[in-house]
Amino acid sequence: MKSQDVIGLMLRSSPCPQGEVSVSAPSFETPALRRAPQDEGGTGRSILQICALIGAIVSTTIVSLAAEIPLNERKSGYEFMGPESRAMQDDDTANPASLWVLDGEALWKRKAGAASKSCADCHGDASETMKGVAARYPAFNAARGRPINLDQQINICRTERQQATPLPLEGKELLALNAYVARQSRGMPISVASDERTRPFVEAGRTMFYRRQGQLNFACAQCHDDNWKEKLAGSPITQAHPSGYPIYRLEWQNVGSLQRRLRNCITGMRVDNYPPGANELVDLELFLMWRARGMPMEAPAVRP
Amino acid sequence: MARTLINVPPKAKKGDVIAVKTLISHEMETGYRHDNVGKSIPRDIITQFVCTYNGLEIFRADLFPAIAANPFISFFTVATASGTIEFKWTGDNGFSQTETANITVE
Repeated sequence: MKSQDVIGLMLRSSPCPQGEVSVSAPSFETPALRRAPQDEGGTGRSILQICALIGAIVSTTIVSLAAEIPLNERKSGYEFMGPESRAMQDDDTANPASLWVLDGEALWKRKAGAASKSCADCHGDASETMKGVAARYPAFNAARGRPINLDQQINICRTERQQATPLPLEGKELLALNAYVARQSRGMPISVASDERTRPFVEAGRTMFYRRQGQLNFACAQCHDDNWKEKLAGSPITQAHPSGYPIYRLEWQNVGSLQRRLRNCITGMRVDNYPPGANELVDLELFLMWRARGMPMEAPAVRP
Repeated sequence: MARTLINVPPKAKKGDVIAVKTLISHEMETGYRHDNVGKSIPRDIITQFVCTYNGLEIFRADLFPAIAANPFISFFTVATASGTIEFKWTGDNGFSQTETANITVE
């Protein structure tokens, strides 16, 4: 089993110009696992042993490089920003995301849908009832049998409770509601659930984070675990802790969700991208929130 | 109506230098971009911002296409008397918005 595992690892880390496009690592490994024992010939076996050795070296290198950042060395993206951007985030009246929070507050109280209900009709005062909620998302949804993010929860409320049409992803209204809800958790520690129900999805997100993919054959971890002290095209790489989403990104001149940011990176890795709202992205969100567990929420943050 | 956020200290001593901060939601579409079928997106920006303090103009700015969306304008003035500070943004397509803030000077 040991050497077969190593082969699996080696295959994953071998250059793959076409890119692994979807979450197919387990099925990709399986044929290799099945084929290996069928190879009875002595030459085959010695080649196998050499492969195993190379694989072991490669995998050791990967393990030593892609070490998780120790909990006490984690830094929010805030700490990588310049003083001007920090000042913008520190002052709510200078943070453009505050405009979305105000819009979200108005939407929270506005009746919508056939049920003619507002968010406030069920949830009351958001400053009380929504305190800490965004710090717990993505959260497990029993009906769907998997974790869902805050955008999806808002749209479930819209369709099921308000009997209204779901809000378009990355649209102004959904971002505004999300920013308003997330604002209520400012300063609270990120605390997504990691229990029997969510663990498989945290692990799926972790697999994606550490898996090389795309034309550039990159894993998220190569930048955000191994090289966060470095710069990419003059900009700090950062550790990829999603403590401030939705963010006002100066480059976007707009508020955007964590999924928008993830899709940015994934496009940069030249991976055939996941559509907005894809389960794979939610798993990655969940893993990243788990990875940032205990760090204070700062939503809605400003980022360059 | 665009969403705005004004930050003026509610109270100040006479002669104090006070910071005035304003934020307004606006696309600030430059007029230099094209949509996905190559059609030019017409310019839609705020072109002017004027601030008056009890009717007296204390600050004015002309805005151009290079200014980012949701313009944040901050400046300093001297607290002279209690009263109203008025902010007016005007722009393309008849855009016009006025907001006020009150200040008590002791």
